[in-house]
Amino acid sequence: MKRAVRYVVFYSALFGLWTLLAELKIWPPYLFPTPWGVGEALYAGFQDHTYWIAIRVSMQRVLIGYGISVVLGMVLGLGVASNKFLEETIGGLLVSLQSLPSICWWPLALLWFGLSQKAILFVVIMGSLLSVTLAMEDGRKQMPKIFGQAGRNLGARGFKLFWYVLLPASLPFMVSGLKQGWAFAWRSLITAEMLYLSLGLGQVLMMGRDLNDMSAVIAVMILIIAIGYLVDGIVFKGMERHLQNKWGLTPAT
Amino acid sequence: MSTYVRKLPGHFPIPVDPGDDPRFPVVSATATGRAGPVAVDRPVRAVSPEISKVGLSDLCLSYRTQNGERLLALDHINLQVRTGEFVCVVGPSGCGKSTLLHLIAGLHPQTSGQILIDGKPVQGPGTDRIMIFQEHALFPWLTVGQNVEFGMKMKGIPKAERKEKTSHYLRLVHLAKFEKSYIHQLSGGMRQRVAIARALATEPDVLLMDEPFAALDAQTRDLLHDELERIWSETGRTILFVTHNVREAVRLGDRVVLLTFRPGRVKNGFPVELPRPRHLEDPNVARAAREILDELRDEINRSLEAEYNDGVKPRIEPRVAGGSRV
Repeated sequence: MKRAVRYVVFYSALFGLWTLLAELKIWPPYLFPTPWGVGEALYAGFQDHTYWIAIRVSMQRVLIGYGISVVLGMVLGLGVASNKFLEETIGGLLVSLQSLPSICWWPLALLWFGLSQKAILFVVIMGSLLSVTLAMEDGRKQMPKIFGQAGRNLGARGFKLFWYVLLPASLPFMVSGLKQGWAFAWRSLITAEMLYLSLGLGQVLMMGRDLNDMSAVIAVMILIIAIGYLVDGIVFKGMERHLQNKWGLTPAT
Repeated sequence: MSTYVRKLPGHFPIPVDPGDDPRFPVVSATATGRAGPVAVDRPVRAVSPEISKVGLSDLCLSYRTQNGERLLALDHINLQVRTGEFVCVVGPSGCGKSTLLHLIAGLHPQTSGQILIDGKPVQGPGTDRIMIFQEHALFPWLTVGQNVEFGMKMKGIPKAERKEKTSHYLRLVHLAKFEKSYIHQLSGGMRQRVAIARALATEPDVLLMDEPFAALDAQTRDLLHDELERIWSETGRTILFVTHNVREAVRLGDRVVLLTFRPGRVKNGFPVELPRPRHLEDPNVARAAREILDELRDEINRSLEAEYNDGVKPRIEPRVAGGSRV
């Protein structure tokens, strides 16, 4: 209740301040639009299906890219966590690669794949793969050893051991890493789409700039934030809650 | 020498047919006035490795410590366990008794020697030997029912059969109502009962129990002793039960095997010839436990000396701790 009140107060204050500044016309309206202007741009964008298409294209890309990242990252992370040699070699390399912003892969991707979907996917994968790998490695290491022993003892081997025991046992320890991977994937995608005009939210955002349409620019920014927030709030929060219920862990608040 | 405990391992009656109730092999004539299960005369056969359910011969385990020294954890362990026998292994902490179970479970390779199940050498884990760990080791992401089902699922048993057996074994440990619960919703004693059900559900020949009741309160443990004894007599499994609690060992075992402290060697074996069902508080159990404890005391003192700094020599003295639970 109290939290809801705080939310309402904060966001109405923010909204009020925005309206006030816009109405005062300190900056010209084409640089600082009113909230209604942005609202109209959003409505228009959905009305003529531009935004629907853009959202669909972007979501498709990010889901494919992130999906590949998760699968690859789990394999890599598991390898790194269970093999001393891999840990010392690949593990170290991965950590050092983390300092490289994912968009730095863009020129390389362009040269390898040309101006294509593949290049965008590559950047998305490179953006999130490291987080997922490190999350899996961490989860595998933090997971109580006894689960692995119990699994083997009950006859689980190889892939079955991984799928039915090691993976579910390490999930609670890797949710935050998966979440971070998602955030990186989403950011990498939008950045790549801004550099390569091919539908998608990033392109619509750049289109707003090209048309000097500030309301549209802000409208798309709000969309990008909203989608990122929704996925985080629905998918990952839901996953966390689900795991906490099953494992009997108390939510960290 | 007491009438309750025979010190030399060797000739005990061997059940020819495990289904023929091997549970109550001998009743000591003078044991108690209480009417226990009736002793039945059986043909006596010498224990030979061929017929042992579990046979350990010259089993050794050594490993390298962090400062590069080679430590001998288990030293030429020889032990034969008959089908349907309930053997308790006791020893001071650090004697390698848990490690011994891990080796038998195939979770860890031995350095030398052999582990035979029905005369066949053990190679890695197998569902013929299921371990019940000290911490319950149930899977928190699965329900109670799914936990019990797990081993059968890994074996590829069809779903209908799995369901049927799951409810059968949950009924056996009196947890049928909790099939859909998650592990964290259960008490410590209930969790260990689920662990027992999960182990039994894969229908192993041998149950390996690693101090399964050590973390439980006294009442719960008493209750689980009764349940385990009942389940054992109903299912006829062979049980190897590791504990540091001598009284518990005497309460449960057909035989108590004593390990020495570092390196772990078999120091002695004590057949327990008290009628079942037994009780932890039974004076005969206490007396038998004290005899074993007298032998164990030296080993405990050695382990305490190793744990404490030089100069300090903590000791437990004869008869001081002997009467109470240790």
